[in-house]
Amino acid sequence: MPDRRLTILGLGLLAACAFFLFWGLKGPAGFILELRATKLAALLLVGAAVGISTVVFQTVTGNRILTPSIMGFDSLFLLVQSLMVLTMGGLGYVMTDGPAKFLLDTGLMMAASLMLFTLLMGRGRGDLHRMILAGVIIGLFFRSMTAFVLRLIDPSEFSVVQQVMFASFGAVDTTQLAIAAVLFLAVFAAIWKLAPALDIVALGRDSAVGLGLRYDRLAMVLLLLVSALVAVSTALVGPISFLGLLVAALAHEVVKTPRHVLLLPAAALIAGLVLVIGQGVFERLLGLQSTLAVIIEFFGGLLFLYLVMGGRRR
Amino acid sequence: MITVRNLSHRIGSAEILHDLSLDFPKDGITAIIGPNGAGKSTLMGLMARLVPIQTGKVEIDGHCVAKTRTEALARRMAIVTQRVGVASRLRVGDLVGFGRWPHHHGRPRDEDHAAVERALAAFDLTELRDRFLDELSGGQNQRAFIAMGLAQETDWLLLDEPLNNLDMYHARALMARIHALSREGGRSVVMVVHDINYAAAWADHIVALENGRLAFEGAPREVLTAERLSRLFGMEIGVEEIGGRPTVLHHA
Amino acid sequence: MSRPLLLTCLALAGLVLASVSIGAASVSPWHLLSDPEGTKLLFLSRLPRTAAAMLSGASMAVAGVIMQLLVRNRFVEPSTTGTVEAAMLGLLAVTMLAPGVPILGKMGISAAAALLGMAGFLALIRRLPPEEPLMVPLVGIIYSGIIGAGTTFVAYQADLLQYLGTWMNGEFSGVLAGRYELLWLAGLVAGLAYLYADRFTIAGLGETASIGLGLNYAQTLWIGLVTVSVVTAMVVVTVGAVPFVGLVVPNIVARIMGDNLRASLPVMAGMGAGLVLASDVLGRILRFPYEIPAGTIFGAVGAAVFLWLLLGPKRRAR
Repeated sequence: MPDRRLTILGLGLLAACAFFLFWGLKGPAGFILELRATKLAALLLVGAAVGISTVVFQTVTGNRILTPSIMGFDSLFLLVQSLMVLTMGGLGYVMTDGPAKFLLDTGLMMAASLMLFTLLMGRGRGDLHRMILAGVIIGLFFRSMTAFVLRLIDPSEFSVVQQVMFASFGAVDTTQLAIAAVLFLAVFAAIWKLAPALDIVALGRDSAVGLGLRYDRLAMVLLLLVSALVAVSTALVGPISFLGLLVAALAHEVVKTPRHVLLLPAAALIAGLVLVIGQGVFERLLGLQSTLAVIIEFFGGLLFLYLVMGGRRR
Repeated sequence: MITVRNLSHRIGSAEILHDLSLDFPKDGITAIIGPNGAGKSTLMGLMARLVPIQTGKVEIDGHCVAKTRTEALARRMAIVTQRVGVASRLRVGDLVGFGRWPHHHGRPRDEDHAAVERALAAFDLTELRDRFLDELSGGQNQRAFIAMGLAQETDWLLLDEPLNNLDMYHARALMARIHALSREGGRSVVMVVHDINYAAAWADHIVALENGRLAFEGAPREVLTAERLSRLFGMEIGVEEIGGRPTVLHHA
Repeated sequence: MSRPLLLTCLALAGLVLASVSIGAASVSPWHLLSDPEGTKLLFLSRLPRTAAAMLSGASMAVAGVIMQLLVRNRFVEPSTTGTVEAAMLGLLAVTMLAPGVPILGKMGISAAAALLGMAGFLALIRRLPPEEPLMVPLVGIIYSGIIGAGTTFVAYQADLLQYLGTWMNGEFSGVLAGRYELLWLAGLVAGLAYLYADRFTIAGLGETASIGLGLNYAQTLWIGLVTVSVVTAMVVVTVGAVPFVGLVVPNIVARIMGDNLRASLPVMAGMGAGLVLASDVLGRILRFPYEIPAGTIFGAVGAAVFLWLLLGPKRRAR
């Protein structure tokens, strides 16, 4: 890629990956390396999915504060999961593991998020703060609904869902990873093809229609792709609310152009960097386990406050 | 009498009032006029102890505003400010009822109820008494708050732009009401007015501010001249006498 | 007695009856009184549990409305303004640093932390433009999230996550005589707030109107904030936070009978007590013989009501 900033980001990410893989490696390395490689792949995949989905989402909704997870998309995913356990029972849920379940998840997720989105856009359009607040409350609502549904589930089946409830890069299943990767690549290819159109979408609905774009249909398609990406990342590691916000803000800061051909890869690379370095530092240097999500929550929250309090409002 | 002595006020580096000294005579209506940013609302806020006094002194019937207890001041003067909107959901009757709070602090007596009734009736609010404030129009809201100030039944009534949001009918009704109060009820009223003609028609005394200083003061007939007003507002203003009152024409 | 208050009392009485007669041990209402075992159950577990649910519901509703009047925003309550999270952080700190402190001391430190948390929130929203009332709850929720994330991090490092779990989720199944009496104190504090009902209502009109009426605004503000933080801390310490009670109840009651606290505060307290008790009873029935925490049920219902208030037909922010 010719762009200098992307090259630097890419090199940085490579270095971070190397650090993550080889730091403190000793003794029979083969097994540990394999474990680390799986985790690294998961981090990169989740980073790319979160980064890209957030940038696209913000472009379509025309704001820089709202992200899919702040609006409760990933809580929605968890709700869908626990509802599935409730209706099919823990055994049925486990039985449908594999590609079929992944596709079912994603399909349900896309349908549900579409409903969520039309509700919010229909009622809240033109009032950004009402929309953001409603999104945040919807997130809270899904979370408490999930907690409620979990309590309805038989305690013996509880552990089945529990593992998807909390963001953790600890244990990632390789088959799941492979399926997620395939799905991600398919979605990414679709978004990449639409990247030039995204530049026009970013101008807002009126200008986009004026320039001859079939805006409403395109926005729908983009949002469907976004929810697929959210499904991918949440299925893999669980919810990380503020990562997307953090990454999208950084990507806009680094690239400083509204061109999505640059923005999208930048967001993916930055997200990868944040996750790999963060997880690496936490695991290798500090010896802490899987608290990265909490830290991201903390700093992402601060950034959100800064953005909302008028640092840079749009 | 309200006496203002050497009153200065700054907000940041901006000087809002500059060494202002003047008297507000007891009885009758005093109207404060002046262009935007002259310091009218600040003066009002300082007199009503809404804003702490920085330098200078304000006395109300001999009581220093800075030193008198706020509860005691609330029995001496009522202030109604410009409204930004109220978050709480109160009935009109309750709101006006709170005007008596300085007198009973939670244990209303018959005379308090009677005062509320009078205030409600004075502003045509008796029928609206059970309506919630957030279900009223801006003008009705404004009247409810003025009625609350009235129910306080204090010697002094301070009104900051009371005519905002009021249509011509209610603006005149309000002025007539205030005028009657100052005549029969022995109240003294100080109000900030934007429309000079209302000041000319109803006020007994005019105080004109300009850039935080006193521009002129006196009886309307004497001070509301074309020359003075033109200088005050920086534009050509004509004054005609209609019906024995000076009438200001902005299209002179 | 006003009609809403009468209805609330009647509903409460019914709920109390249901609450004492429903539980894991199936004892008929008759046996509760005649049989010595039954009486023991009644006084050791059922009655305390019922009282705990009612006290926490009532006091949280009161805390919520006081907060709404002082902040002058309809969409705030202790759990959306960092107060609950700060109380937990204080509690966590004292549990880690001085585990030997008696419960009242813990409560005090937790209340102080809650007060600090609220002060931080007030400092934040002072910088918000007044014409954007929806920013206030938004900033509050994120602010809560930040404090919550910090608390989780500390708890995780200190291996105290289960504690956090119990404080976060209001549950009454563990309530026994001798373990919940602090809540009576919370109820008492909330009850004392009634003496200040007029002052809080006036404070809700804003600072200038309050001063105009000769109210000591700063004093009223502080009394209100202390009330809210003490109530929040006590509820969090004894049974765990019940989210949204302070938001949902005052909003519903204010729609019907307005914000004159002198009239509405008893109804709000009664309704808060009733709704939390109802959630608790429901939690006992829904998944019998397992139990669903009342906080979980109320969280789901409360969030839905919040959404309805926000997007519902009467779209008024104030």
